[in-house]
Amino acid sequence: MKNRPYIITIAITLFFALTFTASASDKCRIAWSHYTGWEPYAYMQESGLMAKWAKKHNVEVEITLVNDYIESINQYTAGAFDGVTATTMDGLAIPAVGGVDTTVLIVGDYSNGNDGILIKGKPGEKLGVKNLKGRKVMLVELSVSHYLLARALAKNSMSERDLTVVNTSDADIGALFATASPGAAAVTWNPILMAARNEPDAQLVFDSSEIPGEIVDTLMVRTDMPEGCKRAIVGAWDETMSIMSGRGQATDDAIEMMAKFAGATTAEFKAQLQTTFMYYNRADAEALIKSPEFKKTMDEVRKFSFDHGLFGQGAPSADFVGIEYPDGSVAGDKNNVKLRFR
Amino acid sequence: MFCAGAMRTHKLLGLHAEPGPLLNWVLTLLPFVLLVATYLVASHKMLEENPRAKLLPSVQTMGETMKRLATEPDKRTGHYTLLHDTTVSLKRLLTGILLAAVTGLLLGLNMGLFPGFRTMFLPFVTFLSIIPPLAILPMLFIVFGVDEVAKITLIFIGSVFVITRDIYLATMAMPKEQITKALSMGVSQLGAVYRVIMPQILPRLLNTTRLTLGAAWLFLIAAEAIASTEGLGYRVYLMRRYMAMDAIIPYVCWITLIGYCMDLTLRKLVSWLYPWYGK
Repeated sequence: MKNRPYIITIAITLFFALTFTASASDKCRIAWSHYTGWEPYAYMQESGLMAKWAKKHNVEVEITLVNDYIESINQYTAGAFDGVTATTMDGLAIPAVGGVDTTVLIVGDYSNGNDGILIKGKPGEKLGVKNLKGRKVMLVELSVSHYLLARALAKNSMSERDLTVVNTSDADIGALFATASPGAAAVTWNPILMAARNEPDAQLVFDSSEIPGEIVDTLMVRTDMPEGCKRAIVGAWDETMSIMSGRGQATDDAIEMMAKFAGATTAEFKAQLQTTFMYYNRADAEALIKSPEFKKTMDEVRKFSFDHGLFGQGAPSADFVGIEYPDGSVAGDKNNVKLRFR
Repeated sequence: MFCAGAMRTHKLLGLHAEPGPLLNWVLTLLPFVLLVATYLVASHKMLEENPRAKLLPSVQTMGETMKRLATEPDKRTGHYTLLHDTTVSLKRLLTGILLAAVTGLLLGLNMGLFPGFRTMFLPFVTFLSIIPPLAILPMLFIVFGVDEVAKITLIFIGSVFVITRDIYLATMAMPKEQITKALSMGVSQLGAVYRVIMPQILPRLLNTTRLTLGAAWLFLIAAEAIASTEGLGYRVYLMRRYMAMDAIIPYVCWITLIGYCMDLTLRKLVSWLYPWYGK
């Protein structure tokens, strides 16, 4: 009995020691969560493409599903994974602010209609963003939905003071909107958005295709991840993209497999791909992050994150974390660069 | 721990242990000290490696964050975050648990005393009490909307059946002679129920409510996590989105402290109002 505290202390120390040393060998662990643009990662793992490329670069890469988006990023930040699928906004607010030097390895897609704002109206009523005034808006607070709302309001010279944000779990938002009476409003993403849009009297008043290239979905990894792992992942991704964008049996099989992972029919998954701007060609993705517009977008994201307290209670300004762009320029603190685009 | 052959009572071990006042304090504090110490060591190790690590923040960081949340009005709403969250959550919790206590008392008491009432409600209440309230939470939100009603209803449903069943058992255990005596002395039936039996049940009600508070907190936090604009549970889940453990850990401590104070208050209330109870 007397030794118990020791055993517990040792167990806890061991736990942390193990999680920290996990990244020391050339075995890399990637966490992903369900989203249209990230289903290819499941395909990479299941089809054996990842293993093929890992072997080529003499490393081991394991791609694991963490069935809760925020939890997957938290686990990456705490050290349980070497890479994670995340939007640029969440990558900035969680790992980068948390002091984990993170590099965006793959710019996979941007939301081109996958996120949207819905209002339930009366039959025949024509609604717009202006009609959000005075309403209760259900959304996952501090998520890209919240960012989308902030951008939509700014474009219509309104602010969050004009409405009430109700933080609503993404697991319940679909059902709550479906059963709500006219006047209800929600901001959400696919596949929930797709189902909610089909509700009678639901009107889409704004979607992410109006802010193209702003909600960017990426794979981010620890900057010190072994080069072999990085090359293997990028290689497998490129091959997956060329399969996805091709024609023929291999493409159909891949899409069907991804639809199955996503829990959708092939037709539904294809419809979701329509509103996801996939970068099938890596040169296009590189062009995006090298463009001056992208820096402006990241400034919007930084401003939004700081204004909403995502940089922590003690952050002095939006500049306290540095973001490095491919041309070597840094936005924010040059001595605290934690998010790198390359 | 069987101490065979020991003549004098052991200070620490055994059924008849008699720890002195000093040892009592040491024993009480030891688990707390160990918990805090383990945290501090782990936190220190982690921060040494990465000074901005979010998982186990230092005491200083947590203090600064809490100071801001407690003393500076929020930029967007103008409320003092901690105070506002606390009042909103307490209002929900107390409304829910108060309704549950009153309903539980009336149901349990009448089920215990009136056979007709018992036949009608006992199987029904037993049946309902098995339903896991969290499983029907989305339904509550759909029926009652995302406002206060759904949250209070969840707390109510989560606590009322436990209280009812406990009060029922306590009432059943009352010596039936009391009622016979009261009736033969000319007390009316309702008088026997509410003036003879109920006063004896009330301390039990306070105790049961006290023990149900833990569950009530659970339901409060769960309800606030799903759809909310303010409250302690809302804040914890919102902070989780960017892993702000420097706010989450103090919030959890704060919730624990409030819960402990409520427990203590009810316990003191019982011994102050009903000094005969439990003797």
